[in-house]
Amino acid sequence: MSTTIAITEYLAIALESERWECRVCGHDIASARDNYKTGLLVYDRDPREIHDPKLDERYEFTYAPDPTWCRIIEFYCPSCGTMVETEYLPPGHPLTHDIELDIDSLKARHLAGANAAAASGAAASRSREV
Amino acid sequence: MNVIADKSLVERFLEENILFLGPDPDIMNNHHLAAETSAEAAALAKFTGKDDLNLVRHKLQTACNESFDMVEQMGAAPGAKWGDLISGVWTASGDLALSSMGGVLLFSVLTQHPVKFILKYWANEPTVGIREGDIFMHNDARYGNIHNTDQSLVIPVFHEGRLICFTGAIVHEGENGAIEPGGMPSKAESPFDEGLKMSPIKVGENYTFRRDIMTFLQNSVREPKLQLEGMKSKLFAAMRMKTRVEEAIAEYGVDAVVAVLRKTLTDTAEEVRRRLRGWPDGKVRQNVFPDGTLRENCLVKICLEMEKRDDRLILDFRGSAPEFLNRANNTVLASAKGMLAQEFLTFVWPDLPRNQAVFEPMTVITDRRSSLNCSPEAPNAQSMMTFFPSFTAAQLAAPKFLYSAKERATDVIAGWYNMIVTFIYGGLNQYGELVGNVCADLNGMSGAARSNRDGEHSVAPIFAPMADIGEQELIEEEVPMMKIVPNRVMTDNSGFGKFRGGHGYQQIATMKDTSLWGFMCCSIGSKFPSSHGIFGGYGPGTYPLCKIKGVNVFEVMKDRRDLLRFSIEELMNDRPFEGATYTTHHMGLQLEFATPGELYMITQGAGGGYGDVLERDPELVAKDFRDGLISARTVTEIYHVVLDPKSKAVLAEDTDAARQAERARRKARGKPYHEFVKAWVTEKPPADLPFFGCWGDRSVIHRGTPDDTCPGEAIAPVMMPDPKDVEIAKLKARLAAVGAA
Repeated sequence: MSTTIAITEYLAIALESERWECRVCGHDIASARDNYKTGLLVYDRDPREIHDPKLDERYEFTYAPDPTWCRIIEFYCPSCGTMVETEYLPPGHPLTHDIELDIDSLKARHLAGANAAAASGAAASRSREV
Repeated sequence: MNVIADKSLVERFLEENILFLGPDPDIMNNHHLAAETSAEAAALAKFTGKDDLNLVRHKLQTACNESFDMVEQMGAAPGAKWGDLISGVWTASGDLALSSMGGVLLFSVLTQHPVKFILKYWANEPTVGIREGDIFMHNDARYGNIHNTDQSLVIPVFHEGRLICFTGAIVHEGENGAIEPGGMPSKAESPFDEGLKMSPIKVGENYTFRRDIMTFLQNSVREPKLQLEGMKSKLFAAMRMKTRVEEAIAEYGVDAVVAVLRKTLTDTAEEVRRRLRGWPDGKVRQNVFPDGTLRENCLVKICLEMEKRDDRLILDFRGSAPEFLNRANNTVLASAKGMLAQEFLTFVWPDLPRNQAVFEPMTVITDRRSSLNCSPEAPNAQSMMTFFPSFTAAQLAAPKFLYSAKERATDVIAGWYNMIVTFIYGGLNQYGELVGNVCADLNGMSGAARSNRDGEHSVAPIFAPMADIGEQELIEEEVPMMKIVPNRVMTDNSGFGKFRGGHGYQQIATMKDTSLWGFMCCSIGSKFPSSHGIFGGYGPGTYPLCKIKGVNVFEVMKDRRDLLRFSIEELMNDRPFEGATYTTHHMGLQLEFATPGELYMITQGAGGGYGDVLERDPELVAKDFRDGLISARTVTEIYHVVLDPKSKAVLAEDTDAARQAERARRKARGKPYHEFVKAWVTEKPPADLPFFGCWGDRSVIHRGTPDDTCPGEAIAPVMMPDPKDVEIAKLKARLAAVGAA
């Protein structure tokens, strides 16, 4: 049995193993005590590829972000290719360690309940709490 | 010589001879509830029936809503008419206990400061005092509220000679006599450029305005009639609420009202703590990058580390950009707290009572003299340019706790569009009257995508869940502006994702029948998007101000209706008006006088997207395409959906194949994290990027260049050069280069 807590649309934490997992394909990403991004693939996207310029090249401002000011950093699951997260950053800006949960507290909160359920024989083989 | 006695004499002299009452840091830096008074304790002990408490609470809540409606119906200012206000009841200690359900909810957490100032400094001041019938006003953000275009009015409510509470209203009145018309001068380079700044002041007695003070206030602004009308509507609303309080006292007793006001606050705070306990413990972080001061483009970093521990939430903004001593984009810390509370009042717990206690379990940490905690010497009329982004940082961070929270009162949501895209105006209207104010369609910000549905198009501002964008016909009756294209959705103006953000509309404006008319705009996000998506969703794009000058479209189109285009894109790319100049700019436009028939064009931004674009239901993609919301390019290159060329129906198998191929491309082009970081991260900001705030180390603050830094604990405020001087220097350099050649 394992208890997995959904943390975002695409990320979960498996409490017993203390691992980040992909919620789409179950890929083991990284230690839950580390930055989940360390286990993902990263891509530097020219923002004009997403936000297409509406005005032609005669203009300084075109509705597209300035690629010398802003880049879109895309994070992909290495197994299924799901885009887990995006960051809009100036070129060269350090990536953000955006989720740093207290794993001991998380385990205490959820495993206490799961253990009690297991003891009563009511636990399912795999529970996914949302 | 007796040094101790001399020192004591000096201290006594200073205590007895206060030369100047500035903003009180003890009041301004404290958002917490006042301690329970003995009168409140006694009332709570006597009035304990839960049903009766609930009844009285609803009576007073209804009174707040009734007064809100009164101001909205009576008010002359565009802000009043379209809901940019609240009305409320404050305890006898000055805490806002109840406020109207609609309107600008951030006021709920920052109106207590002027009331507490009145209580602390004027109650026992022989030349002022607090008596039945007194009317107090205030508009200086350094003493509370957001910026000095907002005017607050409160009256004390007594029962048998004892102060029971205050009632009143706060309204975005607009014009305030600043260096630019309309009340929000982005051109201000000091607080003294920002117009009328009232510290809390008694403006009337016996429920009657003093004529001498009214005359002074009317002479301080460009719209004297509006000043009078705004004050009267707020007073009548406050008096109606006072009547309702007196009715509640008559029916249930004075202890009922005192107990309900106090218990509403403590119940709210306790409920917030209970809900926070259901969030996971830990830290989440979010950076946002406002891209200008409204005078120039530059990156003004706002960084947030949000820590949840048991029943407390700590919002740590250290490392954010320094204050700009000669720009209006600075925020007073109390104002920032109000805007942060808005996130919780509207987007996290909209079911809670609207009062100050919602923010009670929160702590906000900032660097002193940063752009989110500016000094009294810094102008703040356009504080929205930094505190709206601080709100966005909180809105993007909160879902990382909320998704796994024990319970939620709302859906998980991406970043709402966060800028006030509208025209501010000033000049002579078609009746020859001097006017200056803001159009209410700034309220048409686009909704963000949620975890279960798309965002709504141009639905509501981040600061007021129930506000209106105004009626174009009514606006044209009052001012000589015409919007040739008032509210048209723009293709591809969306934050893409599994669920997409709402689209924003474009506006094409001009003017006629006036000899003097100027436009202003006050938004950022022309180079760097101002809001973002979450969980793999994309943010909105960027938005320019577009101008077509040197043409009178009314003249040239008299016999050439075919010249008109109905989108900014067509007008700017086709250039149908021969001889006109076509230019784009960032959206910080200081007052610029126009001639009749020239075009000024802006675009409401989009809400952020939620989730991976490849997970969007292909049928929703096809519908958006058929509705004209997205282009064929977006269908194929962003969403990777294949449509039948003729019927535009989804080709399911081809779409699956296209999406599988894109997933494979992602895996091929993506680099392992550490390899990417090694190539990507630089030690300092790029040399050609004017960057303000920390880069990596939060204790080192950059001041515009890679090597000009100061410690976060000792910020050196920034003085920006005049953009015209910058332009002149560039032109001189070009002349010199030509001369040298």
